[in-house]
Amino acid sequence: MLNRVQPQDVEYFRGLIPAERLLVGADIGSDYSHDELEGVHRSPDLVIRAISTEEVSRVLAYANKRCLPVVTRGSGTGLVGGAVAIEGGILLETTLMNAILELDERNFTVTVQAGVLLMDLSKYVEERGFFYPPDPGEKSATLGGNISTNAGGMRAVKYGVTRDYVLALRAVLPDGSVEVFGGKVVKNSSGYSLKDLLIGAEGTLAVITEATLRLLPLPAENISLLCPFPSFHQAIAAVPELLQLGVDPTAVEFFTRDVIALAEDFLGKRFPKIGTDAALLLTFDGSDAAEVEARSEKAARLCLTLGAPDVFIVDTDERKSAVWSARGAFLEAIKAGAVQMDECDVVVPRANIIPFVERVEQLSRELDMRIPYFGHAGDGNLHIYLCRDGLSKDAFEQKLGQGFAVLYEKAAELGGMVSGEHGIGWAKRGYLEDRLGPLQVALMARVKAAFDSNGILNPHKVCT
Amino acid sequence: MDILVCIKQVPGSTNVQVDPETGVLKRDSQKGKLNPYDLFALELAFSLRERVGGTVTALTMGPAQAERALLECLYMGADRALLLCDRRFAGADVLATSRALSAGIRRAGPFDLIVCGKQTTDGDTAQVGAEIAELLDIPHACNVREISPAGSGQLMAETVLEREILCVRMSMPCLVTAEKDINTPRLPSFVRKMAASDKAVELLTLDDLPDRDERLYGLTGSATQVERIFPPDNETVQEHWAGPNAELAEKLYAFLLDATLIER
Repeated sequence: MLNRVQPQDVEYFRGLIPAERLLVGADIGSDYSHDELEGVHRSPDLVIRAISTEEVSRVLAYANKRCLPVVTRGSGTGLVGGAVAIEGGILLETTLMNAILELDERNFTVTVQAGVLLMDLSKYVEERGFFYPPDPGEKSATLGGNISTNAGGMRAVKYGVTRDYVLALRAVLPDGSVEVFGGKVVKNSSGYSLKDLLIGAEGTLAVITEATLRLLPLPAENISLLCPFPSFHQAIAAVPELLQLGVDPTAVEFFTRDVIALAEDFLGKRFPKIGTDAALLLTFDGSDAAEVEARSEKAARLCLTLGAPDVFIVDTDERKSAVWSARGAFLEAIKAGAVQMDECDVVVPRANIIPFVERVEQLSRELDMRIPYFGHAGDGNLHIYLCRDGLSKDAFEQKLGQGFAVLYEKAAELGGMVSGEHGIGWAKRGYLEDRLGPLQVALMARVKAAFDSNGILNPHKVCT
Repeated sequence: MDILVCIKQVPGSTNVQVDPETGVLKRDSQKGKLNPYDLFALELAFSLRERVGGTVTALTMGPAQAERALLECLYMGADRALLLCDRRFAGADVLATSRALSAGIRRAGPFDLIVCGKQTTDGDTAQVGAEIAELLDIPHACNVREISPAGSGQLMAETVLEREILCVRMSMPCLVTAEKDINTPRLPSFVRKMAASDKAVELLTLDDLPDRDERLYGLTGSATQVERIFPPDNETVQEHWAGPNAELAEKLYAFLLDATLIER
């Protein structure tokens, strides 16, 4: 049983944490009561802005003894309510732990504190000729958050996701003990990979305070292609063919004209003219300009044979910025253009993306609902937004339930999963249970209990 | 309407480094690209051509590798591309550059309209457009955001002033320099790239120009000489403020007002 925070608990933390990093009651800003998911709010009783592993350890040791709920929060940019303190209690905020601790050039690793922002890490390593490939859309997210949700992003087609770049984690267990999981090793067959259990655990098993990440040499060259297609069907149908061509794209993004129009309104500037209803945006990278260009041209030729009237070359900083800034704004643009919306972040095997997108289009007609979508077509991960528009709140909630049921069922039928990259958090637990079944959910609960017997870490998230 | 657009190839990255000892631009491993400001000039020309018909020709003066920038213009939609390339043009300042370009325009023309970018990202003088117009003895307008036909051989140009838009009616032929961010430049087309021949760019040397007096061009024709090139001091300052939100908001508001970044 979890306890409420009592005055003596506040007194204890006042003795431990300086006043400027401890927020209590009414001093807690409303930002701390939610993440980017609409409709799920709960203010914690205490916010502690931690600065070190040792401090996190002392906080957890006390909270565990007192059975106080502890939710870890980075930048709060999550999309499934994962960082909302559903039971109140302590919100442990990590953004002050933002030091880049070590760049190990010989081992190609960088070690960071959990609160380092993705954009700061990318800039730091790229200035030194290194490359951290995971590229989630939200660049102001923390690495701790990225790891806790196993964030994906646009380069997953070629480089994989956050998990593929985490070599070691320093984490604090609920009783306050500090452990390092994994190491700076390329191979590792040493028992159960507890490090991999912490990745994607959304703060339910331990509090990650430091991470050692794998780096690559920075590819010197990259070029994008904007490939217009007359219909969404033709665009999506081109994806498996492109992947089979052996041209090794870094990103294969898909979007429709509707979503471009929303981004144009949102950003107040025009997207380069494409003249069709749908488009693919491809990127190629590598160390040799001629080789990168040759691969991109091979892909461009294929797109022309598959119905693209032309293919546009996105090769300079200005052009990349014009195209990618719009792509990067899709989520915010859809949000800004909707009274209310909720999102589905399913992933299906990439060969099955066509029937899934067809079901989305059909659903939009059946529910008479605007459902803009875009996605990482190259890895089968789509972002689908059910928009409220003129509906009453109740009617929207009802259609949302119907719509989600159809989408998750279709994804499951096609061998897909509930979340490609946003995680389960609070909002998608029911769908996870439906998809995985009682046995797997029970196994997850036992893993949770093995790490956190009192259940203090991020209660009611993922599987608990 | 026959339109000519002057373009330039500039270093591919905005982080150009200057050797502090010699003052020479470090161009090694720097790929060239089309001057970003010229993209708006090209788009202005293409959209005018779409409305009134005609042709768009791209012109540059530069070394042989500047051909690549001209090819890009062709891939974007130019009908013709001309490269003024001759050792005797090398080392030109704005005056000598404008002489060579205006001579090239005389040679390749006639044109009804000449469009230049606002400035280049490497030289940054923003003078070549106006000097070409002077040398050709035609009217010109700078910082133009839109142009449209105004009847009887005239064009209306909307020029962006600090607080107003000034509409100028000019007789053709005339010259405009395009303001930045006035349109979304179209992207180079792969179909056009495949269709372009190896000899798509026409080459002109000093010997092709109407005035072949080589003392007018290049370093010898330049009225100014560069004494020294040095990187500007980097004066980025970071300030961190802490305090209650309301107080910080007031402070930020006052700061932005003071820096004239917002108006009261």
